[in-house]
Amino acid sequence: MRLTCPLCGPRDRREFYYYGAADYLDRPAADAAPEAWDAYLHLRDNIAGPVRDLWYHDQGCGSWLVVDRDTVSHEMLSVRAVAEDRA
Amino acid sequence: MRIEGKGLIDRSQTLGFRFDGVEHVGFEGDTLASALLASGQRLIGRSFKYHRPRGLVFAGSEEPNGLVTVRRDGAGVPNVRATMQELHQGLEADSQNRWPSLRFDAMQVNDLFAPFLGAGFYYKTFMWPRAFWEGLYEPLIRRAAGLGRLPQEPEVAPYEKVWAHCDLLVIGAGPAGIMAALTAARAGADVILADEDARPGGRLLAETHEVGGQPGPAWVAAAMAELRDLGVRVMPRTTVTGAYDDGTFGALERVALHLARPGDLPREAFWRIVARRAVLAAGAQERLIAFPGNDRPGVMAAGAVRAYLNRWGVAAGSRVAVFTNNDDGHRTARDLHAAGIEVTALIDARADARLDAPFQVLRGAKVLGTEGRLALKSVTVETDHGTRRVPADCLAVSGGWNPAVHLACHHGARPWWREEIAAFVPPHPGKPGTVPGLIPCGAAAGVFSTAGCLADGQRAGLEALAALDRAGEPAPLPEAEDAPVRVTPLWEVRGEGRAFLDMANDVTTKDVRLAATEGFTSVEHMKRYTTQGMALDQGRGSNVAALAVLAEATGQSVPATGTTTYRPPFTPVSIAAMGAGGRGKGFAPERLTTSHRAALDRLAPMIEAGLWYRPSHFPRTGEPTWKEACDREVATVRSRVGICDVSTLGKIDVQGPDAAAFLDFVYTNTMSTLSPGRVRYGLMLREDGMVMDDGTCARLGEGHFLITTTTAAAGQVMRHLDFVAQALRPDLDLRAISVTEAWAQFAVTGPKARRLLDGILDQPLDEMAFMACRDVQLHGVAARLFRISFSGEEGYEVAVPARYGNALYRDLVARAEAMGGCAYGMEALNVLRIEKGFLTHAELHGRTTAFDLGLQGLMSRKKDFIGRAASERPGLSGPDRQQLVGLKATGRGDAVLAGAHLFPQGAEPVPMNDLGYVTSACWSPTLGLSIGLGFLRDGRTRHGERLQLLDSLRGVDVTVEVTAPVFYDPDGVRMRG
Repeated sequence: MRLTCPLCGPRDRREFYYYGAADYLDRPAADAAPEAWDAYLHLRDNIAGPVRDLWYHDQGCGSWLVVDRDTVSHEMLSVRAVAEDRA
Repeated sequence: MRIEGKGLIDRSQTLGFRFDGVEHVGFEGDTLASALLASGQRLIGRSFKYHRPRGLVFAGSEEPNGLVTVRRDGAGVPNVRATMQELHQGLEADSQNRWPSLRFDAMQVNDLFAPFLGAGFYYKTFMWPRAFWEGLYEPLIRRAAGLGRLPQEPEVAPYEKVWAHCDLLVIGAGPAGIMAALTAARAGADVILADEDARPGGRLLAETHEVGGQPGPAWVAAAMAELRDLGVRVMPRTTVTGAYDDGTFGALERVALHLARPGDLPREAFWRIVARRAVLAAGAQERLIAFPGNDRPGVMAAGAVRAYLNRWGVAAGSRVAVFTNNDDGHRTARDLHAAGIEVTALIDARADARLDAPFQVLRGAKVLGTEGRLALKSVTVETDHGTRRVPADCLAVSGGWNPAVHLACHHGARPWWREEIAAFVPPHPGKPGTVPGLIPCGAAAGVFSTAGCLADGQRAGLEALAALDRAGEPAPLPEAEDAPVRVTPLWEVRGEGRAFLDMANDVTTKDVRLAATEGFTSVEHMKRYTTQGMALDQGRGSNVAALAVLAEATGQSVPATGTTTYRPPFTPVSIAAMGAGGRGKGFAPERLTTSHRAALDRLAPMIEAGLWYRPSHFPRTGEPTWKEACDREVATVRSRVGICDVSTLGKIDVQGPDAAAFLDFVYTNTMSTLSPGRVRYGLMLREDGMVMDDGTCARLGEGHFLITTTTAAAGQVMRHLDFVAQALRPDLDLRAISVTEAWAQFAVTGPKARRLLDGILDQPLDEMAFMACRDVQLHGVAARLFRISFSGEEGYEVAVPARYGNALYRDLVARAEAMGGCAYGMEALNVLRIEKGFLTHAELHGRTTAFDLGLQGLMSRKKDFIGRAASERPGLSGPDRQQLVGLKATGRGDAVLAGAHLFPQGAEPVPMNDLGYVTSACWSPTLGLSIGLGFLRDGRTRHGERLQLLDSLRGVDVTVEVTAPVFYDPDGVRMRG
């Protein structure tokens, strides 16, 4: 498996740290209801098909990446830097 | 027997070798199999289950019987396929699965019990009583089963792991693969051509075909020369074993297994080849016909008999019969006859077979049985005019050819059945489960003539070029044979006696029918019930025939029955090759501090801290164990001064106009109020409210901070800071980078610390407040000085660029020793911090909150920070929580032990009475008793209570007193003084 880091180019999976679902980007407001925090911290879907998750290029540039991929076909759909998305 | 003038071997180079201790001679270019066959060695092994005598069947990696143990560097490597082992001078090989000898094997008695040893006999026989499963049946089965013996010593021979990248990977260097590679390389593509064989050419080496008017091998040699000129990377002896994601292929190269003196070369290399496109030109695999007695030594695949003859100049017999259901079998008979070998009969199952041959042709005939004990003597043939016996010491069998579709199916797609060639061919490209970018061609795609392969290889090359956005030119193709495929499927001849399918696992047609009768009618179930195709050869020569027999037994067609799942690896891959480089430092690299050498010079035993190595203690004469050294080092720090390398702690440089705001968000406490030149202890939580890490935060300038992390969490904290900066607070302008390796940092601690530092600083320290930091010069080098303490004494940490670390450390220790001080190690560091109640990841273990640690005061109420919302959840604070406490042993000689649990005195030691546990413990030389830190339910209200400390595993049962977690100088007078 390879990820195309927007800064470093196509790199082997071993250079990256896998975090989990990209839901973790959507941090609730500090005063949000406990249910919102519970969902944010603990509730994840287990999807067969297209997923969006977070990877960190820790053996490379240190970018956090949003990766769209398909857990069934193993197809890489897109890799974007979190920082670019949020800028 | 060798045939003069035939073969691609170098007869001027003789090679001596031994098989079962007997001397033989072969030639350069031989495999162990061809050399043994030339020596007349028909019997090569004993079968897995029935211990039947077996001989070679094939000439390639699909060989099921020719498994031998090869002696390498004094150890026996089992299950080496004789067909894959190139001959070299001094090769020593032994047959397997026989005792006392290959010719007389005591276990052949199994064959007499064959009626009881059919499919599933394990499951039926070893059922009851249950008590016998582990004690009796399993050891019994294990002793009887298995081929060869694994060496008992760990594998220490060199192996390699390698990466390669290319535009196009061509798998197989037969006519199709060579043509594909030529087409792509001529257009400038970066091509790798990998072939399992030592010599490229594929089937052209085994046939007498001409290509473009020259002998096949000559055309191959010219094409390979052009490929090398074009810069194609040719990888012989390399089996592509698996097709993985993103155009990555696994491949096993036999680097030095063919060399008499391999020197430092690795035995094998496991490659990961990343290719933008791939061409599968892996050829085809001949299949056999099952008939009674078809496993007798001398019964071989017809294509293999031809290969031994044409490539190695070896006659597989002196009187050969051929049994076929297709035209290709005729080639074997013709080639043998042309080489002067007697063909006693060509037995063609088809009633309309060609008769014009200079030898006897029996058409519409079938082999019903074989005769001979350890080698074939004759075959019984059923014809229209009754049965007759045909003398033969070799029977060449062809049941047709199966395209090598394996790699095309590794992503889950199934091959499909082409009726007119009676074979499975690769799945249509683009179907779900096909390997993206993989283009099958040639015999692997069901194109069997040489001319067809050349054309199809060119087609595949052009297709790959188009996908690579490169223009390719179709070149004129050389002339070659273009015989059509004529085959009438025949899988089995039924008669008296057992007909074998999978010879490696001793699976017969009867076993397959038994499986169907007992309800295992799906091909996957049949496979598992009979173990068909589950041996080393993965049933490459027998699976299709087995499923055809199953199809017949279940009344279904072959395509409706379908194949089992194709999975990597295509051929066995040694674990040593896959794990190459993963031993010793390759498994766990070493991170060494700048003081490492100096610590070793002082005979310090090093202990691991993650990947780091740190000194445990610095032994002196008269200190028999670590404990005496540790006690002395602690006492020295408390009374004079000690030096400790603390460079392994994570150091992160944070800069930018919003650095302070950022740190306020990641720490529970506030860093923006810190003045430049000051340091603050800080606590970080995870978003779920648990403590992630602690450390110091120094403000070096208005927008410049240097934070430290624990050694264990350095990577995690860096990753976390990057996440917060990039994902959660992109509005803040700052950069954070790890500078752990850039600085060497040493703790100088103890009452004489300041005096020691004054000796090395260019300007003596006047007043430096506790928790202050400043830039200093020492010996003319710019350095940083922090007044912080992890020991509880007046302490400083001095940081210099890493290149000065060795010199500074040696200087500091020498000065300390001159003042009665010393270097101290991890043991003393741990005792000093436990006495002081300071935390490490023994306490910050991921399930503790700031409240649990008594650090709730560090949770700012004025701002949001990571983990705040979750930490305010009910249940993460309050009397039900286990809170940090100190523990003192009360009895003389009693010891507090980390990992032990706390119970009320007199209570039954059951989980519901469990009040907490010990995380850190030590003998405190300062207090003269055993102390510990731990977590105790509602612990902060229990100071002064006595509890029972239990550890059933280690037999600990002692009474402890609960105290505050700070045992030494609770007011911090010494540290701040």
